Amino acid sequence: MPTFVYMTRCDGCGHCVDICPSDIMHIDTTYRRAYNIEPDMCWECYSCVKACPQFAIDVRGYADFAPLGHSVRVRREEEKGTIAWRIKFRDGTEKNFLSPITTKPWGRDIPKLAEVPGPNRELRDSELLYSEPKFIRFDDGGLHTLEKAGLAFKAGVYY
Amino acid sequence: MAYKTIIEDNIDVLVVGGGLGGTGAAFEARYWGQNKKIVIAEKANIDRSGAVAQGLYAINCYMGTRWGENNPEDHVRYARIDLMGMVREDLLFDMARHVDSTVHQFEEWGLPLMRNPKTGQYQREGRWQIMIHGESYKPIVAEAAKKSADKIFNRICVTHLLVDDAKANRIAGAVGFNVRTGDYHVFKSKTVICAAGGASNIFKPRSVGEGAGRVWYAPWSSGSAYGLLIEAGAKMTQMENRIVLARFKDGYGPVGAYFLHLKTYTQNGFGEEYESKWFPELQKLVGKEYLDPEVSHRTHRPIPTCLRNHAMINEVMAGRGPIHMVTMQAFQDPHLEEVGWENFLGMTIGQAVLWAATDVDPKNENPELTTSEPYVMGSHATGAGGWASGPEDVSPPEYFWGYNRMMTVEGLFGAGDAVGGTPHAFSSGSFTEGRLAAKAACKYIDDGKAHGIRVSDEQIERRRKEIYKPLEHYKVYRNEVVAGDVNPNYITPRQGLSRLQKLMDEYCGGVTVGYMTNEKLLNICLKKLKVMEEDLEKVAAKDLHELLRAWELKHRHRTSECVTHHTLFRKETRWPGYYYRGDYMKLDDENWHVLTVSRRDPNTGEYTMEKAPCYHLVGDLEDKALAELKEREKAGVAADH
Repeated sequence: MPTFVYMTRCDGCGHCVDICPSDIMHIDTTYRRAYNIEPDMCWECYSCVKACPQFAIDVRGYADFAPLGHSVRVRREEEKGTIAWRIKFRDGTEKNFLSPITTKPWGRDIPKLAEVPGPNRELRDSELLYSEPKFIRFDDGGLHTLEKAGLAFKAGVYY
Repeated sequence: MAYKTIIEDNIDVLVVGGGLGGTGAAFEARYWGQNKKIVIAEKANIDRSGAVAQGLYAINCYMGTRWGENNPEDHVRYARIDLMGMVREDLLFDMARHVDSTVHQFEEWGLPLMRNPKTGQYQREGRWQIMIHGESYKPIVAEAAKKSADKIFNRICVTHLLVDDAKANRIAGAVGFNVRTGDYHVFKSKTVICAAGGASNIFKPRSVGEGAGRVWYAPWSSGSAYGLLIEAGAKMTQMENRIVLARFKDGYGPVGAYFLHLKTYTQNGFGEEYESKWFPELQKLVGKEYLDPEVSHRTHRPIPTCLRNHAMINEVMAGRGPIHMVTMQAFQDPHLEEVGWENFLGMTIGQAVLWAATDVDPKNENPELTTSEPYVMGSHATGAGGWASGPEDVSPPEYFWGYNRMMTVEGLFGAGDAVGGTPHAFSSGSFTEGRLAAKAACKYIDDGKAHGIRVSDEQIERRRKEIYKPLEHYKVYRNEVVAGDVNPNYITPRQGLSRLQKLMDEYCGGVTVGYMTNEKLLNICLKKLKVMEEDLEKVAAKDLHELLRAWELKHRHRTSECVTHHTLFRKETRWPGYYYRGDYMKLDDENWHVLTVSRRDPNTGEYTMEKAPCYHLVGDLEDKALAELKEREKAGVAADH
């Protein structure tokens, strides 16, 4: 269905409804549990699968081209900063993968720009963005310009 | 109807769409406008919205200027040749000179960028691409946006931009509805940064059942960037420049890391190299300036993406399919095998699901490739979008009208897919464009350009009625039939989408016609789109979810109309492999080395088309080296290898 929800695991918390980019995870009014209301608008992005605290959501590949009997399961752990995958093939083969998702405690090193020293007039009138010219140059020069690079614009076919 | 009207007033910078462009805009706006009111309106949840919702395994636009790898002009030249010359080089240069600062910030924020153990520099996948563990790319940039924005409105489907009733052609905000509560939201703002998405699903996809969800670009990319801009009367550019992707079959898993890092390659069903044999004929159509395999072998110059598509399409049509990606050698190396799989898990999980389901292990067999249905967007190897001003210190006069990334409507800015002529921005470039637009928007306000904006109650009320019409329409007519969706008075959003996809596919160069169209077909296409517009007045929505789909459909329809006008206007085949004008099969530099620009009059619905000059950067080193090479060839001297 692309994503589907196991009846016995879902407790209707709605995390998947909250996160789905396609607005297709909804709560069934009779069962008070989530389900995919529009499988052909599901990208198999796994946002809901990763967000489900009960591991109640899984994916069954698109019926157009994916035979039954496979599974790709995931566990994303924000505190640990990792994501673990287990792929099971139709023929039983298994593959496991583990990747980092962040190198820093969540959000700690993202600046609050309302609190940093504000730009002066000169900076406002320049072409620089916040934190520049850091990292945009190999040498000590400022921002790249056409002039410095010896470039000019010419209209039409030049080659 | 009992839905409330919620007015958010006195906004300085309204960001429409919280994807990579929008999060970049919101983040940066706070620096240049520390006391300004910054608001994001997003139709999903910014933690997982936009094209990067499921993550990325690579950042495809990074210069490495800091390490002397590339300069901005190198990237301009690359994007130029890949798009067969048709790009906005001022915007590209500007994006490229800033993009590294964006990428380095991502690393500081915690995005895991892989390092080359030998050099300590970022791990290159290709000349422009670096490899990342980007599962949480979107939540990380969303965090940055949250730290900067005053308010974030999730689940607001923005349907229209508001225009100033006091001064013509000036922006005044946006309106939409809450997908959950149904409430009507009015955002009154001095500036708007349109960072909504490009369009999937306007051409009939190869998979038409459940698999229709596995489109290459996200199914929620509903062309709203274009729907919103066109309706507001902004000029558009290069809308004919749709893209077709060569990808792993059915799952549309990415091939970039496979080609560039794993060094896999393609062959036909008989195990033969096929690409080069199509090039001599193709060269006669496009000219040696655009396709010169010899030069491409010896320099950094790539063979344009569309031309490689052309070879694949023709090889399959000649009966020598399927095309395979030769993975069996590379995948014997356990490290490369891991990279291959994690590449999918990081950004196209559906491809891993498919290979698991079909027992395809690329170590034991070479997987199939195919060419996709066309997509309309502006940040991959294609450059559809709004006609935006460039930066003051770079842009030629025709490309500059006051503020960087400002559209032809005052106070309306763009980023990401919304900006035309800037292909190869990808995630990092889109975020950077958002930053550039945000700085310019703040300057626009500080310069006093947003004084005296007035939004009439009439405009707000008119939009409100328009927005909820599909719900009303359903209520009025649903009981005329016993049950089901067949009704003589309306169509559902899904039925409308199928109609749009079928007509765009058959008349505007979709996959079932081998990407072929011509003047006659395009005129029929326009006629059918016009009739469809009448029927869209009768689209019915049974609930708020369908109302969301109804408005996505309207944005897709408007996008399609603009694409068709542009395709009709450009009387040449500029990008064989993306689409073909059967009546003008050759590339025609004499008449069409120009950018196409359109404007739809919001009052009459009439389109005006014009040609804008295409400027190129000249005078840099590689440029000279290439010229020298040609000189030597002309002189008959054998070039050294």
